[in-house]
Amino acid sequence: MLQRTSYLTTNYDKPECWALSLYESTGGYTQAKRVLTSMTKEQVIDEAKKANVRGRGGAGFPMGLKWSFMRPHATKPSYLVLNADEGEPGTHKDRTIMELNPHSVVEGCIIACFAIGAHVAYIYVRDELHLSKARLWGAIEEAKKKGYIGLAPFGVDYEVQVHVHTGAGAYICGEETALLNSLEGKRGEPRLKPPFPAQVGAFGCPTTVNNLETIAIVPTVMALGGEAFSKLSGLHAFNDGGVRLYGVNGHVKTPGVIELACGPTLNELIFDVGGGVLGDRKILCAIPGGSSTPILLPSETINAPDPAHPMHAFHGKSVFDVPLGVDTARHMGTMLGTCCVTVLAEGTCPVLAMHNLMQFYRHESCGQCTPCREGGSWLLRTVDRILDGHGTMEDVNNLSDIASNMMGNTICAFGEGTAMPALGFIGKFREHFEAYVRGERRRADARLTVA
Amino acid sequence: MPFRLSDERERELDVILRRYPTRIAALIPALHLIQDQEGWISDETIHWISQRLDVAPAHVKGVVTFYSLFNQKPVGKHQVWVCRTLPCALRGAGDVLAQCEKKLGIHSGETTANGQVTLRTAECLASCGTAPMMQINKEYHENLTSEKIDRLLSKLMES
Repeated sequence: MLQRTSYLTTNYDKPECWALSLYESTGGYTQAKRVLTSMTKEQVIDEAKKANVRGRGGAGFPMGLKWSFMRPHATKPSYLVLNADEGEPGTHKDRTIMELNPHSVVEGCIIACFAIGAHVAYIYVRDELHLSKARLWGAIEEAKKKGYIGLAPFGVDYEVQVHVHTGAGAYICGEETALLNSLEGKRGEPRLKPPFPAQVGAFGCPTTVNNLETIAIVPTVMALGGEAFSKLSGLHAFNDGGVRLYGVNGHVKTPGVIELACGPTLNELIFDVGGGVLGDRKILCAIPGGSSTPILLPSETINAPDPAHPMHAFHGKSVFDVPLGVDTARHMGTMLGTCCVTVLAEGTCPVLAMHNLMQFYRHESCGQCTPCREGGSWLLRTVDRILDGHGTMEDVNNLSDIASNMMGNTICAFGEGTAMPALGFIGKFREHFEAYVRGERRRADARLTVA
Repeated sequence: MPFRLSDERERELDVILRRYPTRIAALIPALHLIQDQEGWISDETIHWISQRLDVAPAHVKGVVTFYSLFNQKPVGKHQVWVCRTLPCALRGAGDVLAQCEKKLGIHSGETTANGQVTLRTAECLASCGTAPMMQINKEYHENLTSEKIDRLLSKLMES
């Protein structure tokens, strides 16, 4: 059962919902004040851990645990950096928070800065989101005027400054270390890890990088208490707590963004939120959480006959009927990613869909690592050749080999981000690729749209 | 005339510089200020900003060429970006681009002869729930229809 909630989205439909007065009328900034005036940072981190907030950017790393990695440095300051580079194809959730509820981000920054010992937060927003940037700056100015941020927020001697920093059009800057380089005024090339940002992050100082939605939900976590927040989730038992934003796009009747308790199924998102498939067609496949997450087909089922298996309760069910969470998605052979589902209806050409995505990845590779730089171009050239009817069966086999050899051989996860969707399309739609090779299909007839 | 940043933008750059512990961190925001004023990033402005921020020109050039939003040559008065990535493509981005190319009489990557409009494709602009979409200068236009595109482009060619 779909469980709608409205913590982040409570004011989304109201006029001028981004204004401070409205945010305060629904309890805004009371949690930041309470934290700064009556709690220790250890208590805040403890609540964060109990809340089981899994990072909303895609990797699903526990927020509280990440915060606990921060150690004060003898001579260096610490930083909080928010990742609002939202660029993963199919992802359109963070934008809504920045545009419609920017004060939740600012309040979250105050609490998070306090918890990790930082005095400065940078919100890294992709440059194209001009309205988002304006709303965030507006919220920062309003909060500053009220004395909620600045030298002594709420009269407490704990300086918090919040700044918006912009990129300049590079998907790779959503990778946390590339983002840090970009923040420092450099090319957005990912760094080798370790050292991790908690040791050596922005400007060589201890840094926590969190997704923007992760920080925006922090005031709610503090208002409800960590455990109560976590229990809102249908996946509390999987340590996947609370509520989050879900998106539905592609071939559905009513695309959009919605706030739900964690753990809706793909079918619920597609039919209850998305209103069903365009033209009432059947589903070809769904990309569960941004283009880097491997596709799922409705015909796939969970195979967990062992009663001790964590997925045993879902044994035999379609993957479209299993609650989507960080760990359940992993058991389905994909990733939860950003929780924005892209739906492809029957009639869509999966070869052309993969070609579209490979164009994206070829364009966005930073070029540092050979497997990613060359592999991405090679995949695209090969799919191009297959679509044009000049491909061979060897080309089809090569696609799997090229993608497999990118996995694990690059500095950052972009290599996997390219290879995983490629392997998904080839593995699950091989007959479509072969049909082009045999000349049974032509590029001119291939469609991405459905009537 | 040698390049200089307008007084207002100079003041903004001073504010920007105070946000970071290093001068080089102001480079990308500073390049945005320059491009807002000039429309593109020339070798002359690269030289200027490298001196202003005390950064090697080679570093600035490296940054300018890395990020796709920095124009390395002059562009039209108005920028039109059509999102082409899968979620938009599933909802007709291909037709949107074709209509733009036809109406403007240019291909993607080109500028109209009168210098009014530069048309380009963009990779995912985070509007997948309101696809198809295009960005005109600093504004998003979402849930595009053929009529809407026609109206927007007509206005653009005149202004």
